[in-house]
Amino acid sequence: MIFFSRLYARPPQTIIPPMKRLLIFLIFSFLIASCGTSNNSASNSSAQYIENKGSDTIVNLALAWAEQYQSEHPEVRISVTGGGSGTGIAALINNTVGIANASRQIKKEEIAEAQSKGINPVEHIIARDAIAVIVNPKNLVSELTLKQISDIYSGKITNWRGVGGEDRPIVKLSRETNSGTHVYFLETVLRLGDKKDKTLFSMDTLLLPSSEGIISEVRDNPNAIGYDGLGYVPKDLKMIAIAEADGGAYVLPSIATVNDKTYPIARDLYMYTNGEPTGIIKEYLDWILSPAAQEIVAKLGFVPVIK
Amino acid sequence: MEKSLSWREFIITRLIQGAGYSAIVFVGLIFFFLLREGLPALGDVDITSLLSVRWYPIEDYFGILPLITGSLIITLGAALIAVPFGIGAAVYISEIAPRWMREILKPLVELLGGLPSVVLGFLGILVLSPYIRVFLNLPTGLTAFTGSLLLGGIAVPTIVSVAEDALDSVPRAYREGAWALGATKWQTIWRVTLPAAKSGVLTAVMLGIGRAIGETMTVMMVTGNAPVLATKLGSIFSPVRTMTATIAAEMGEVANGSAHYHVLFFIGMMLFLISLAVNIIASSVVFRAKKRAERILS
Repeated sequence: MIFFSRLYARPPQTIIPPMKRLLIFLIFSFLIASCGTSNNSASNSSAQYIENKGSDTIVNLALAWAEQYQSEHPEVRISVTGGGSGTGIAALINNTVGIANASRQIKKEEIAEAQSKGINPVEHIIARDAIAVIVNPKNLVSELTLKQISDIYSGKITNWRGVGGEDRPIVKLSRETNSGTHVYFLETVLRLGDKKDKTLFSMDTLLLPSSEGIISEVRDNPNAIGYDGLGYVPKDLKMIAIAEADGGAYVLPSIATVNDKTYPIARDLYMYTNGEPTGIIKEYLDWILSPAAQEIVAKLGFVPVIK
Repeated sequence: MEKSLSWREFIITRLIQGAGYSAIVFVGLIFFFLLREGLPALGDVDITSLLSVRWYPIEDYFGILPLITGSLIITLGAALIAVPFGIGAAVYISEIAPRWMREILKPLVELLGGLPSVVLGFLGILVLSPYIRVFLNLPTGLTAFTGSLLLGGIAVPTIVSVAEDALDSVPRAYREGAWALGATKWQTIWRVTLPAAKSGVLTAVMLGIGRAIGETMTVMMVTGNAPVLATKLGSIFSPVRTMTATIAAEMGEVANGSAHYHVLFFIGMMLFLISLAVNIIASSVVFRAKKRAERILS
C-alpha cells in the first residue's frame, strides 16, 4: 500500500493522454482501496491501524488527538467513532476495536462478560471533565453544597435568600436534554449520584441550546445560575465553591482540585484496551498522556491529567 | 406548421399543469411522510401521557401540551404586535406617504424581510432581552414576550409588503368616488380602501402569522425553552418552549425510530395541521366575503 501511494504521490513526468490518465488513476485508486480493506480486516494484528470507538463526550477530544498524532506519525491511521460509552465497551468486548473510549468506569457485568470472551479490559485515565456552577459576579452567594444546588434545580429553593443571598428569584439555566453534560449534571448533582432517585429538573428551568447562551445570560442576569464545562467558563463570571456535604469544605473548581478529587462535580474520562497495551497502541496512549497531548485536552475545555 | 404549433401548445400546457399539480403532490407527500413517522407515536406513548404537562423526553415524559400552548401564546403575541403595526405601515406607504417617501420605505421594508432570523435572535439575546428584564422587572428577559416582539418584527415586513400590494391595486376611482362624496382621508381609508382590499389584507395577515408560527431559530434563542404550561395571559412574561424549537433542538440527537423520534414527528404533524387550519379559516373568510360582494353587485 505504501509502495503504491508513494508512486501515485509523484505523478509521472511523461505526457499521458487524459483518458489514459483517468484510467490509470482509477486502477491505482482501486488498488489502494483494496490494499486498505485488506489492512482493515487484519487491523487487530497490524501495527499500522488503530480503531478507536466510544463515548460521545470524548469523541471531539479523541478526534483532535488522532489528527495531531497522525500528522506527527503519518504511518499510523487512527479511526475515531462515537456512539456512546456502552457502544465502545461492547466493541472492545467483541474485539473489534483497539481502544474503547468511556466517560464512565466499566461496569462489573461488562468486565465479567469480557473475561468470558477472553478479553481483559485495562483502564487508562486520559483526561478529566469538571462542571463549574456559575453565577453573575453581582450575586453575593459564592458557596453552595451539592444538596442546595440540587434543591435549586429541582425547584425546592426558588429565591436566592434561601441560600444566603439577596431577595431575588432564582433563574435556573441548563443545557438541552440531549447534552451529555445535562445528563451528567442530572445524575451527579440533582440526584446526588443516587440511581433510584427520580428527581427531575424543575419545569421552569431554562433549557438553552448552547454553552454560549448560558454564559451570556449569566453574564447579564444577576438572578441566574448555570453550569458549564470548566474549560468554557470565562474569567468575568463567578464560579461557585461547592461542598460535597453539609459542613464539608467548600472547594472551587480548578485543575488542581479536580486532579486531587476534592471538587465533587468532576469525572474521569477513560480509554480501555484489551490487556496492557503493546506496540503502536502503547505508543499512542503514552503520547496521549504527554504534556503536548494534554494541552489539547485543556484547549477543548476538559481538565488535563497531571501525573 | 399548424401541427407543430398544437404540439407545442400541448407540451407547454402539460408542463404548466404539472407545475401546478406538483405543489399539491409535494404537500401530499410531506403530509404522508409526517403521518407515517408521527402516527406511531400514538402507539409508543399513551394518549394521556401525550396530553400531560411534563416534557422531559430523556426520561420518557412526552407531554406536548406545554409546547402547544407555548407556540400559541408566542404567535398570539406576535400577531397582536404585527397586525396593527403592519397594516398601519401598509396604509401609510400606500395611501398617505408622498411618492419619494414611498420609494424609500418600500425597499427598506423588503430589506427587513430578508434579514436572517438568526441575526434577529442574536440581537434579541444581546440587546432586547436584558432591556426587557430591567424595564419590566422580570426574573429573566428570556420570555415569550421577547419572542413575540421579535416574531412580530419578522412578520411585519411580510404583512406590509402583501397588504401594500393589495391596497395599491384598489382602483383609484373608489377613492375619488369617496372624496367626491365628501369623505375625509381617514374615512376613505377605513370605509372604502381597506374593505375593498380586504381579501389581500387578510392574506397578508395569514402569511405573517404563518411566518411567525413556523419560525424556529429566533424563538429558540430568546424564549428560554422551559416547557411550562401557559395557562394565563400573564404567562407571556415567563419563559416558554415552542413546538418548532423542540423539534430543532432535539431532532439532531434522537435515536431513529424511538418513541421520542415519533413524538417529534407527531409535533411536526400538529404544526402542519395548525397552519392548515389557519389557512382554511382565512380562505373561507375571504370566500364568504367575496360571495357577499357578488350578491350585492348582482
